[in-house]
Amino acid sequence: MTSSVITGIGVVAPNGLGTEEYWGAALAGTSGIGPVGRFDASGYPARLSGEVPGFAAEEHLPSRLLPQTDHMTRLALVAADWALRDAGVDGETFPALDMGVVTAASAGGFEFGQRELERLWGQGNEYVSAYQSFAWFYAVNTGQISIRNGMKGPSGVLVNDQAGGLDAIAQARRQLRRGSKLIITGGVDGSICPWGWIGHIASGQLSTSEDPATAYLPFDSRAAGHVTGEGGAILIMEDAAAARARGASHVYGEIAGYAATFDPRAGRGREPGLRRAIEIALADAGAAAGDVDVVFADAAGLPEPDRAEAAAIAAVFGPGSVPVTAPKTMTGRLHAGGAAVDVATALLAIRDGIVPPTVNVRPAPDYPIELVTGGPLRLPVRVAVVIARGLGGFNSVLVVRAPGEATDNANEIKGAIHAA
Amino acid sequence: MSRRVAIVGVGVVAPGAIGTKEFWSMLTEGRTATRKITFFDPSRFRSRVAAEIDFDPAANGLTPQEIRRMDRGVQLAVVAAREAMADADLALAVTDPTRVGVTIGTAVGATMGLDQEYNVVSDSGRLHLVDHEYAVPHLYDYLVPTSFAREVAWAAGAEGPTAVVSTGCTSGLDSVAHAVDLIREGSADVMVAGASDAPISPITLACFDAIKATTPRNDDPEHASRPFDANRAGFVLGEGSAIFILEELGHAQARGARIYAEIAGFGSRCNAFHMTGLRPDGAEMAEAITAALTEARLDVSAVDYINAHGSGTRQNDRHETAAFKLSLGHRAYEVPVSSIKSMIGHSLGAIGSIEIAASVLAIQNNVVPPTANLDSPDPECDLDYVPKVAREQRVDTVLSVGSGFGGFQSAMVLRRADGRAA
Repeated sequence: MTSSVITGIGVVAPNGLGTEEYWGAALAGTSGIGPVGRFDASGYPARLSGEVPGFAAEEHLPSRLLPQTDHMTRLALVAADWALRDAGVDGETFPALDMGVVTAASAGGFEFGQRELERLWGQGNEYVSAYQSFAWFYAVNTGQISIRNGMKGPSGVLVNDQAGGLDAIAQARRQLRRGSKLIITGGVDGSICPWGWIGHIASGQLSTSEDPATAYLPFDSRAAGHVTGEGGAILIMEDAAAARARGASHVYGEIAGYAATFDPRAGRGREPGLRRAIEIALADAGAAAGDVDVVFADAAGLPEPDRAEAAAIAAVFGPGSVPVTAPKTMTGRLHAGGAAVDVATALLAIRDGIVPPTVNVRPAPDYPIELVTGGPLRLPVRVAVVIARGLGGFNSVLVVRAPGEATDNANEIKGAIHAA
Repeated sequence: MSRRVAIVGVGVVAPGAIGTKEFWSMLTEGRTATRKITFFDPSRFRSRVAAEIDFDPAANGLTPQEIRRMDRGVQLAVVAAREAMADADLALAVTDPTRVGVTIGTAVGATMGLDQEYNVVSDSGRLHLVDHEYAVPHLYDYLVPTSFAREVAWAAGAEGPTAVVSTGCTSGLDSVAHAVDLIREGSADVMVAGASDAPISPITLACFDAIKATTPRNDDPEHASRPFDANRAGFVLGEGSAIFILEELGHAQARGARIYAEIAGFGSRCNAFHMTGLRPDGAEMAEAITAALTEARLDVSAVDYINAHGSGTRQNDRHETAAFKLSLGHRAYEVPVSSIKSMIGHSLGAIGSIEIAASVLAIQNNVVPPTANLDSPDPECDLDYVPKVAREQRVDTVLSVGSGFGGFQSAMVLRRADGRAA
């Protein structure tokens, strides 16, 4: 089996525009959560968000792209540009048909969509933009990235809420295994406009706090919802042999394992699917629970899902046996973009041997996990697990491994678990 | 790949036909379900025709709470999924719900719900700061359309990998292909896979009006969808859902399941050209077709029927005609090609799955459905498009293709399962 490695990263996050800006902020514990700035949210029960600072699309993108793109697509195009630059590749590196794009989406270009709905209902159908047909739909980021970079290979779009970011990366890995040489993957998202906002409010998951330091407190007894944000990460995934052959300057790590499960409907008396997803992903990676150095939690920020996640982590790794962190406490939940940022963060933790903290949280003693709080944790990271859940029961788990860390007994372990 | 994938159950909710049997009768009789829009007053729009479903959710088994919380697109999917499960006798197959997954394609998700709710919370566009107190409780399901997969997973009791696939108008092919991948790689043994879209709403009409993609032929709605006809003028918007039960072939054979067809190959490419435009040479669709045939280990001579994208825009019809010639060579002139969009319109992300349903029914019945309304062939579209009348012939292998906004091009090969024809 070929191995799929990440050779480029582009992050656009509420606490940092650009990968190193984000990484510096994450290690310093600097949060990007603050009052909503993209519109007047004072009349709504949730008034905090995580917004990408200092982003001026016209500095990065040709003017012809601006009228046809939503804010989140502009962020995605720029993150893709940066990831490609980081990897030292472009649309010419491999034949166009050997390169593709697989991204996650959640709400599509919703701010653009609100403006056109306003025109439709307020002025009349003939005022709706010719770009609405594709600026809003879920496939927009994949389509635009493919066009901008001339990539014609198998591509895709997954819409599984926060879990989708991992599902897209896993789908990218499938395309490499099928013969593609390079896939642009990950997710960038954002629906911080009044119309998107009331949708998020309706989820019942948003914090109503006005204090950025206490609004999003996963695994804390004060947990009362999350803050929603915008941004995400784009990753360049390559077949390891192809990357070596072209002389890739660096490899961040390998996408070593993955699994997705779906929770049984409440009241069926069956165990939720997260523990199983972690176990299958580890088996897929040929890793044992003891090989895992750190877990990036989904961190819903509400008592019930926090408890379920802590229980699943403890069931697989043992109570308090592995450091668990949620750097998304500094960005808010970014939906289709969030899991990709966590994967980027895990890769940077592998690179630098340091794990960013979970900020503001005082871990509740009854959760059987060891949360990284207070400051970053210096730790050699060879294997990291990233967990993401989508509202409604979606569980996805990705295992990221340091370059060249494939275990010799991988197949043996996989065989044993499948047999069991 | 040692694991192979069979279709063992089919469910269809389409314009003019709720249920697979009725759907097939309609297609083979060449009946059309396009009409003047009745869901709202279309008089201000350029294109005022659509293929609507006369769908009564309660009569189709949905409970009051299901009806309340599901967008119309989700309702269509759940009804189609239940038909497919009953058809496959899924309960017999399910020994372990963790080995059953779900993939549902949709291009525009809960657009009808979004459009209607926006009108209320904005007080018809008056309020930019929309009023959250008027929002329906399940508005988040409209914002992020994961409920398409969630509700089907609940209906099936599935606990395996579950996903919404949204690649515009190829979603219906890509969703099923994704499910095939999950079975082949061993992540699931059974998948409930398909697609649904219910886009007939003012915002969708306005979008397509703005780029003149839909037909302005409003005077004769029953004959408005005219793929490959010289007098075509754009596509006719539709709605619908088709859902399949896919099963690992050995698993299906072991329980003596009826097998409609094997999904033998799939390919997809992007044109990297334009979000809505197509290059006339059809090169990327041709690449997708070749990839699908290669995966199926079939020569072009094996193709008995092509279920075309056939949207009825001039751009598409010429694009795919070129793609068939490029990928199949002289065989393109021998194989019957037809577009069921001539009868049931273009239901965006759903249509790819509905066309898979038509393809497997063609195999099951050895009948090629026609292209309705093909009175005056476009001289630039010079293949055999099966005008107006269904054709009885041996059909063992079908190529079904799709093309969509974003540049996506997909192709799937469906084949009669060896010795176990349905």
